[in-house]
Amino acid sequence: MNSLYNFAVGPLAWAAFIILAVTAVWRLWSMHSLAKQKDASSVAYMSWKFSLRSIFNWLIPYKSLGWKANPVLTAVTYVFHICFIVLVIFVTPHQILLENAFGITYPTLSSDAADVLTLIVIACCCYFVYRRVTNVTVRYVTRTNDWVSLGLVAVPFLTAILGSWSVGGEIMPLLHVLTAEALIVAIPFTRLAHILFALFTRAYMGSEFGGVRHCKDW
Amino acid sequence: MSIQDRKIEDEGLSYGVSKLTTDKIQQTFKALIDNETGAKLKAFSESCVRCGMCAEACHFFVSHGNDPSYSPVGKVSQTMTKLLANDGKVTPDDIYGMAQVAYTECNLCRRCVHYCPIGIDVAYIMTTIRRFCHKLGVTPQYIQDTAHSHSATMNQMWVKDDEWIDSLFWQEDEAREEFPTLRIPMDKEGADFYYSVIAPEPKFRTQLIYQAAAIMNQAGCDWTMPSMPGWDNSDMCMYSGDFEMMGRLKRQHFELAQKLKVSRIVMGECGHAFRSIYDNGNRWLGWKDYPVPVVHSIEFFAELFEQGRIKLTHKIQEPVTIHDPCNIVRGYGLMDKLRYVAHQLCDNIVEMYPNREHNFCCSAGGGVINCGPPFKKVRVEGNLAKANQLKATGAKICIAPCHNCHGGLEDVIHHYDLGIELKFLGDLIYELMEKPE
Repeated sequence: MNSLYNFAVGPLAWAAFIILAVTAVWRLWSMHSLAKQKDASSVAYMSWKFSLRSIFNWLIPYKSLGWKANPVLTAVTYVFHICFIVLVIFVTPHQILLENAFGITYPTLSSDAADVLTLIVIACCCYFVYRRVTNVTVRYVTRTNDWVSLGLVAVPFLTAILGSWSVGGEIMPLLHVLTAEALIVAIPFTRLAHILFALFTRAYMGSEFGGVRHCKDW
Repeated sequence: MSIQDRKIEDEGLSYGVSKLTTDKIQQTFKALIDNETGAKLKAFSESCVRCGMCAEACHFFVSHGNDPSYSPVGKVSQTMTKLLANDGKVTPDDIYGMAQVAYTECNLCRRCVHYCPIGIDVAYIMTTIRRFCHKLGVTPQYIQDTAHSHSATMNQMWVKDDEWIDSLFWQEDEAREEFPTLRIPMDKEGADFYYSVIAPEPKFRTQLIYQAAAIMNQAGCDWTMPSMPGWDNSDMCMYSGDFEMMGRLKRQHFELAQKLKVSRIVMGECGHAFRSIYDNGNRWLGWKDYPVPVVHSIEFFAELFEQGRIKLTHKIQEPVTIHDPCNIVRGYGLMDKLRYVAHQLCDNIVEMYPNREHNFCCSAGGGVINCGPPFKKVRVEGNLAKANQLKATGAKICIAPCHNCHGGLEDVIHHYDLGIELKFLGDLIYELMEKPE
């Protein structure tokens, strides 16, 4: 089991990150080339000023009409994304892996804090599931890909908290690593691709609204 | 509910669909994706997390009891998502439904952009579906008739060249009783501007040309109206998906201005024609800027007031509300100038909410009203949201500086018995300005 775990956090992790890096760069680069080739009349209006203006305003909770009209979803979305990022970077085992690999050290979360944040992420995922089932609009447009993406995000957190509570013995940390690696690899190929593209689509819309339409897009 | 449950009989759609095969649909779709779409569509399609936040933005969704098939993402799901998932292999019957969704249940008003954190432009996706349907020959009969008119006459309403000139003479003649020195200078070279209108003006609302002439003359403008094709600035081809014709129309419009050597074009109180110039037609032609400067009537009237060239006898005292047309407000940021002009004319402006760039659409724009009587009910019932907005103001007059908005709001006002009078800015300026004794 130990050697399997070492393999998962070692070569397999390297492979997952390399696949992510290569495919993400490839996807962004090919999207950029496609935009230059096919969307020249849109690319021509791209502007740093209006792109950043739009991104900034959409980062503020309850600033846009969309955030205002969906108060609970807004809160859950912000909490989910913030906890997700904080956990990925500041959970102690992750820092240790980074230290072993690159010698990087920085302060980390206590295990209690990490557990609380993990539970919050799981609760957020539960809300997403609940909303996907009960909200008629969301249910109407939900396809397999949406469930796969949500599952890919939720399972590493579920395995992390079970592992932290020593449920399932040694298998749970291994499952955590494997499912996290599946998540990493899946980013460019599922709805999780919004991680790669959302800033650019937001920037594009901001540029159109700022530069062409002379009004706000939030 | 889905589009399959509410299909409406339309001769254009039925005829177009009767000639389709699954193979033809797939080939056309692949050609469209390969040749005419790019990163925008790809990024939008792949990034949408189907959160459904856009639903509440749409007046069709809100007014139809939150029916998910009317939500922006629901409309995309029934059209582009389905096409992409099946690599364009769908049935002719599917295409009928997709055309009905894209042409008659989305006004391309772009309000949903204000609700999408990722910045997905559903209007662009619906426009692409319309383009696809145009290429398949599946378009609603009424809007296709206007597109045919554009290609045969270069105007939207089958107005013949001599009828256009005759209409201008007629209005000049009529107006000279009230304004003895009034002229509608035709084809005057080197004038300050040429005043361009949409073809429904000579066809149905000829008094607007009378009023415009009265305002220009009282304000002492150096202006002209062209006698030649190109006088019509409207563009239903932009909405039917006939982009080749859209390009021809815009080129003709600007070439006429260049031929007349005018300094700029002043466009009448219309929204979609402006969109065709600043957003769609210009890009199709590869122009980042226009060869001749263009202003909308709102900007032009604001200028006349700023320069003190319009003298009023009085102002409207009763409560007046303002409808912000999508294409010139959310589309071109003219909300402040619209309010400046409205406040010059009215003492008691009551805002409706939401307003400015967050306004609800009239539900007529985007070519929806042009799809004609078969789709009137869904359009009017699909705008209960607007009726409620209007009602809440308590105003008896509503200013809407756009022809399509007038068409749509008139229907809404009658259907919901709101008792509100609709006015163009030109109506009010003409009514309130000083006239010869």
